[in-house]
Amino acid sequence: MLRFLIPLGLFMVLIVFLAIGLTRDPHEVPSPLINKPAPTFRLPQLKDPSKTFSAEDLKGKVWILNVWASWCISCRDEHPLLIGYAKSGAVPIYGLNYKDQRDNALGWLSELGDPYVLSASDEDGRVAIDYGVYGAPETYLIDQSGTIRFKQIGPVTPDVWEKKILPLAQQLNRGTK
Amino acid sequence: MRRLIGLVFLVLLVFGQAIGQQAQPLTDDPVLEKRLNNLSKELRCLVCQNETLADSQADLAEDLRREIREQMRAGKSDQEIINFLTQRYGQFILYRPRVTPTTYLLWFGPFVLLLAGLALLFNYIRKRRDQIEEHPLTVVQRKMAEELLSPDSGKDSA
Repeated sequence: MLRFLIPLGLFMVLIVFLAIGLTRDPHEVPSPLINKPAPTFRLPQLKDPSKTFSAEDLKGKVWILNVWASWCISCRDEHPLLIGYAKSGAVPIYGLNYKDQRDNALGWLSELGDPYVLSASDEDGRVAIDYGVYGAPETYLIDQSGTIRFKQIGPVTPDVWEKKILPLAQQLNRGTK
Repeated sequence: MRRLIGLVFLVLLVFGQAIGQQAQPLTDDPVLEKRLNNLSKELRCLVCQNETLADSQADLAEDLRREIREQMRAGKSDQEIINFLTQRYGQFILYRPRVTPTTYLLWFGPFVLLLAGLALLFNYIRKRRDQIEEHPLTVVQRKMAEELLSPDSGKDSA
């Protein structure tokens, strides 16, 4: 009896491991930046390149940095959601326009709407490297002290927004009051 | 005909150069390029995860190679560059993950499996050896065998 049960048991263990493997997305690499200070940068603003934007300008605020590009197809899927979230006023959303051409980026915003308080242009993708970006869109939730508290790789989904980003942002905002 | 072939060659020569010029220009420093190549073979491209940074054509891979090249020029050691990248992208960027408690299973799991397999094999062989019963020949059988094997057994039957 045992000689049948042992292989069956091993097989079940294998099945469990494989089943867990199926529920995971190999493209989601855990970011080492969670709970670390958001990398500093100073970049020209997309709409008015004579002005700059830095993560440090937002010290004391809870905000979202969303990495996007006009060539990024998933960003197009995500865009209407971001517009809705921006309208709700829950958390200010700032954009990092990643390796894009200014005309294309501006065209995208005027065509699809602009959910961002402002966007910074990261034309050569250097700031994105500091943030460990490897697949746009990516979204960071940054707290008052400038610490990254959450990172979403790939488009933000309603599920992620309602279950993770929004509750965390509200909790962080309550913390200051 | 010969003239046509000549023309084709001429066209290829001209356009071949045009294509050749589109290739990524190497920097003027072959030593640095070699170092970059060696290091980026140890690094994973996060866009196409089964490719090294050296092989990948992804935009990000090109940006990271540029970043590494610049840091090498600035005199950073390979280890410093690897630290720079793992701080941003995590251990996953290393093709050879470091030996840490989270990677023990990855590093030592195969050897554990090998040892377990060997133990099972030896156990099995020992058990089988015990299971084999010896069947000594009876006196009659031994005699028959001796007769069959004796040199003059052939004459008897002939």
